[in-house]
Amino acid sequence: MPKLTIDGKEVEVDAGLTVLQACEQVGIEIPRFCYHERLSIAGNCRMCLVALERAPKPVASCAMPVAEGMVVHTNTPEVHKMRKGVMEFLLINHPLDCPICDQGGECDLQDQAMGYGLDHSRYKENKRAVEDKEMGPLIKTIMTRCIHCTRCVRFTTEVAGITDMGMLYRGEHAEITSYLEKAVDSELSGNVIDLCPVGALTSKPYAFVARPWELKKTETVDVMDAVGSNIRVDARGSEVMRVLPRLNEDVNEEWISDKTRFACDGLRRQRLDRPYVRQGGKLQAATWDEAFAAIKAKVDGVAGSKIAAIAGDQTDCEAMVSLKLLMSNLGSANIDCRQDGSKIDPSLRAGYIFNSTIAGIENADALLIVGSNPRLEAAVLNARIRKRFLAGKFPIGVVGEAADLRYDYEHLGTGPADLKKVLSARSGFGKILKAANRPMIIVGQGALAREDGAAVHALTREIADTYGMIDKSSGWNGYCVLHTAASRVGGLDLGFVPGEGGLSTDQIVAGAGKGDIEVLYLLGADEIDMSALGNAFVIYQGHHGDAGAHRADVILPGAAYTEKNATWVNTEGRVQLGRLAAFPPGDAREDWTIIRALSDVLDKSIEVGDLRAVRSKLVDAHSNFMNIDTVSSAPWGEFGTAGDVSSAPFASPITNFYMTDPISRASETMAKCTDTFLGSQEMKTGTDG
Amino acid sequence: MSDAPETFEFTAENKAKADAVIAKYPEGRQRSAVMPLLDIAQRQNGGWLPMPAIEYVADYLDMPAIRVLEVATFYTMYNLKPIGKHFVQVCTNLPCWLNGSDNIMHACHSHLGIKTGETTEDGEFTVVEAECLGACVNAPMMQINDDYYEDLDSEATKRILDELRAGKQPKTGSQLERYTCEPLGGLTSLTHQEELRAQKVSEKGDN
Amino acid sequence: MLKDQDRIFTNIYGLEDPFLGGARKRGDWDNTKKLIELGRETIIDQVKGSGLRGRGGAGFSTGMKWSFMPKEVGERPHYLVINADEGEPGTCKDREIMRNDPHKLIEGALIACFAMQAHAAYCYVRGEFYRETEALQRAVDEAYENGLIGENACGTGWKFDFYIHRGMGAYICGEESALIESLEGKKGQPRLKPPFPANVGVWGCPTTVNNVESIAVVPEILRRGAEWFAGLGRENNTGTKLFNISGHVNKPCTVEEEMGIPLKELIEKHAGGVRGGWDNLLAVIPGGASVPLLTQDICSTVLMDFDSLKEQKSGLGTAAVMVMDKSTDVIRAITRLSRFYMHESCGQCTPCREGSGWMWRMMERICAGDATPAEIDLLAEVTKQVEGHTICALGDAAAWPIQGLIRHFRPLMEERGAGGQQPVAAE
Repeated sequence: MPKLTIDGKEVEVDAGLTVLQACEQVGIEIPRFCYHERLSIAGNCRMCLVALERAPKPVASCAMPVAEGMVVHTNTPEVHKMRKGVMEFLLINHPLDCPICDQGGECDLQDQAMGYGLDHSRYKENKRAVEDKEMGPLIKTIMTRCIHCTRCVRFTTEVAGITDMGMLYRGEHAEITSYLEKAVDSELSGNVIDLCPVGALTSKPYAFVARPWELKKTETVDVMDAVGSNIRVDARGSEVMRVLPRLNEDVNEEWISDKTRFACDGLRRQRLDRPYVRQGGKLQAATWDEAFAAIKAKVDGVAGSKIAAIAGDQTDCEAMVSLKLLMSNLGSANIDCRQDGSKIDPSLRAGYIFNSTIAGIENADALLIVGSNPRLEAAVLNARIRKRFLAGKFPIGVVGEAADLRYDYEHLGTGPADLKKVLSARSGFGKILKAANRPMIIVGQGALAREDGAAVHALTREIADTYGMIDKSSGWNGYCVLHTAASRVGGLDLGFVPGEGGLSTDQIVAGAGKGDIEVLYLLGADEIDMSALGNAFVIYQGHHGDAGAHRADVILPGAAYTEKNATWVNTEGRVQLGRLAAFPPGDAREDWTIIRALSDVLDKSIEVGDLRAVRSKLVDAHSNFMNIDTVSSAPWGEFGTAGDVSSAPFASPITNFYMTDPISRASETMAKCTDTFLGSQEMKTGTDG
Repeated sequence: MSDAPETFEFTAENKAKADAVIAKYPEGRQRSAVMPLLDIAQRQNGGWLPMPAIEYVADYLDMPAIRVLEVATFYTMYNLKPIGKHFVQVCTNLPCWLNGSDNIMHACHSHLGIKTGETTEDGEFTVVEAECLGACVNAPMMQINDDYYEDLDSEATKRILDELRAGKQPKTGSQLERYTCEPLGGLTSLTHQEELRAQKVSEKGDN
Repeated sequence: MLKDQDRIFTNIYGLEDPFLGGARKRGDWDNTKKLIELGRETIIDQVKGSGLRGRGGAGFSTGMKWSFMPKEVGERPHYLVINADEGEPGTCKDREIMRNDPHKLIEGALIACFAMQAHAAYCYVRGEFYRETEALQRAVDEAYENGLIGENACGTGWKFDFYIHRGMGAYICGEESALIESLEGKKGQPRLKPPFPANVGVWGCPTTVNNVESIAVVPEILRRGAEWFAGLGRENNTGTKLFNISGHVNKPCTVEEEMGIPLKELIEKHAGGVRGGWDNLLAVIPGGASVPLLTQDICSTVLMDFDSLKEQKSGLGTAAVMVMDKSTDVIRAITRLSRFYMHESCGQCTPCREGSGWMWRMMERICAGDATPAEIDLLAEVTKQVEGHTICALGDAAAWPIQGLIRHFRPLMEERGAGGQQPVAAE
């Protein structure tokens, strides 16, 4: 470990660090614009210059590796003067239009100017004006503000894996642009807004909407996919104005997907803000009492076996455990949280979570992807795969669709037969997996939500066993299920699956069609075939007037993910707490409280007094619910059901990334993205089945 | 001057040239050939690069188009707009300026009736200002297409432009009694070549 | 004055046959195999011992540079890259080597590559030198045809390829790491250092970048011995050098002279003297546009070598001498250079991208008499804000000529302002 002296203090830091990082370790902040710890080093802004003894000239600390005996000065008058000089250069052609700039209040340039800026401009020449660039429905550009740090170019090239952006021309005419001003076609494009240290790239939907200081900021988690990205929700009053990423190295680092960021305008549209009861074929607004009475009138006297419940993709665990208790009290074992009809075996936890963890992808040395398009199903997780890919020596094989995943892979085939071939270790990808020390497999819902899903599930376990993907001695478990629903692992953990003799989703829907199921409780479930439900009495509890609400006989208005304190478990099995950022609209209520109230009306009380009581029920259901924010390793064992597999190719459940759930389907921004990136011919629904 | 073509493809001959260029670089480094290939494309397209040519070269080298466009906009020898048949680049950097490049520029302007950056209506000439072209001891000078015309004055400039317009090839290099970069009128070094110099200069003058 | 027998570039004016026949007569390719057989260490020691300093401007010991290359060739091949992107205003020496004496360069490249265990040299020639490239290519083809280079260069068993890569108009590509970027097919934006090219150069491989003249003199140094070269000039400033004398002289020319020749002698002996006589001399930029100018009094005594010019706060640079007589608007002259640097800034790093334009605009106003003395101070300060703070030396190059102007001609600049005094803008 090299020893160096920084501002007179002797410090020892890890070899391979840069001077800037070494300074940070000892608590000295170095101003910077172009440097970003997750991007390659550009060294172009020159703000981080420090004085290095024995060096002929000042060095950019972001790019200079530490060396034994270095003597660094960061706080001398000379260094301060250099920074002031750089700051002045950055400002001479900057428009200084802070009062009308959306970056105002959270602008690196503004902040640093407080420390290093002059109180007046010495620049008497005309300022440069740069034409704005079109970058699509998400990114607004005011290119005169650009300071050419190239963070956006580096992010899109390196992290997002697209080559749309670049810097054209040279000298003071240099301009950042997307190629031919095409929309930036990445599910992660919005991150350039956060990365832009100035107001050159800002959020188009959020343009002139609010100032940062008037927003209430709530740290919570995202439910647009099963990654569980950590987010900050900024609300003004009861309105969510924007969603930003929150740093979590284990989950999303500091990225979020465009759906996570931009679907929030869907929270304002098509909301269920009061109960409804169907009368004479039409849904009529009702009071809570009327709605509950209508349900009681129907449910009373119906045998438990004729009642069923399906939980949707964004449902929180508190609501699911409450409904599970209610269904149990009603004598029904017909519950399922796998509304896509997935045949995933809920009996063994290691069989349904992403065991390696997301961060663990970086430790793997070979990857087999089965029936998944991680780019569309979990864009941020896909960036982690790409990060590992860029680090090198990471062969990737895909059985399923040959989609553009933003990294190179070997396409091994499309269906279960091709998957079986991987079992042969003598050649092909099997050989690669065999040679790997920490191989991993990602199993997507495209491999499991199908008739032969249980057999495919068993087959993937066999592959994992064959190639030593589970190594008890090192603790490595490379068996990874990639879910698409934020609610799924929580639902499986707390047992929102058919009980003894109970029906699964497919059977419930079929039963409803045949009249065997008389009452169906849809807890935020919108992705089933509503036209197949026959004459069943449908209770829909949720927040949006989507497919379920249209079919419903009674609508119970619930809370969206930003409107409740609730628990979700991500694909890794990580329990995370969401927090209320804004109150639900109108008469809508937090979901578990609705179920509790209904249970009282039905005289089937689930007997939970408060949130703490509900959460203790969660812990009763699975001890893992005690382990907030962490992933505990799950014991390996048998799962799946060996059997015949079909020849049908695996298909990702997601075709339109931008519209996969009631919130994103209600979002105007997501509709614009769908038009821009998929064209108008694309169906406005993104979820098959 | 040509209008922007909708598509672009190398001629068979240029394809062969391009492939020979690519072969100069180590395997997998074909991207190194982007500058020469853009030059080949530009020459094929009458001296300028339309968008389809940029995309064609990108495909040819398996490069993202934006990276090719970055290159095409960075280097001054790529023209992104049509130019005249004779692309007149007058150096106005210091040594040329000290020796009267302003006069050369004026001569071009007045003789061709265009300003810097413009093209004559008949599409024959485009005049631009160039940075140092590296013939400073033969200042002032200008480059027209691939040739240097050195030791100019207004008269010589006009004569060269006239000859070009008439379809003739003017004498390139120094327009004075100089062979290359030797001092005018007699060698001060390598004096054993003095006779040779006199002979070469007179031969050159005869052309 | 250098004797003709000590001149290396004996066909610098192209009066003889530049190609193989003529080159052989001049001694090129004369038993090159014997030079190679000296062995790597001896070759590098000889080049070091000759005192040869890089002829591209920075003046770093060529032999030393070669010795930075890894001693063993690992997985990554070694490369020699020859910098023929001659673009420093005032400079036109490599042009003459390439078109009039190209075999010196090719032979030197073979020896340099052998010494550094490289099998290929890439010669990056500025794109405007189209005819020069043709001449060099012709010489390269001849060398291949005659077995001087190729699979078994000069019968030494050493495989050696010489490739020409044409630039396309960017002064910055004369900076070695920008040149490498350009050679890789990218914009010519200088790289951050470390890593240095000897470790990570072109295509990630160990690379040495040398100027044309530095390479072209190597065969002669080996043939005549390091002592011969070291015996010319002064200590630490040895050998011969190509000088370009342009501007207000009676007979502008390129000439090979001994290092350390007095500037006045150089101008008077070879360039026919200053127009209107020595007393009509205003200033000289002695080493290409990047170095600060010198006034007449300094010019009368200064020697043309690295250390003498450094003592005068200028530099030898490329040894391109630009002479300005008293008719020159020296402010306009430096303003023109400022515009050049703004035009050639790659735009990558802040001080150069923003500062080069600012400096030029202030120079324009000073030139037009539209600036106050305080603004000359501001300009001086801005040059200091650029100098030393950029990724590459272009920032310095943009700053130095202005600093030189202010140092020597401040009264003139103030006078210009007083003539058309502008009111101080309220801040």
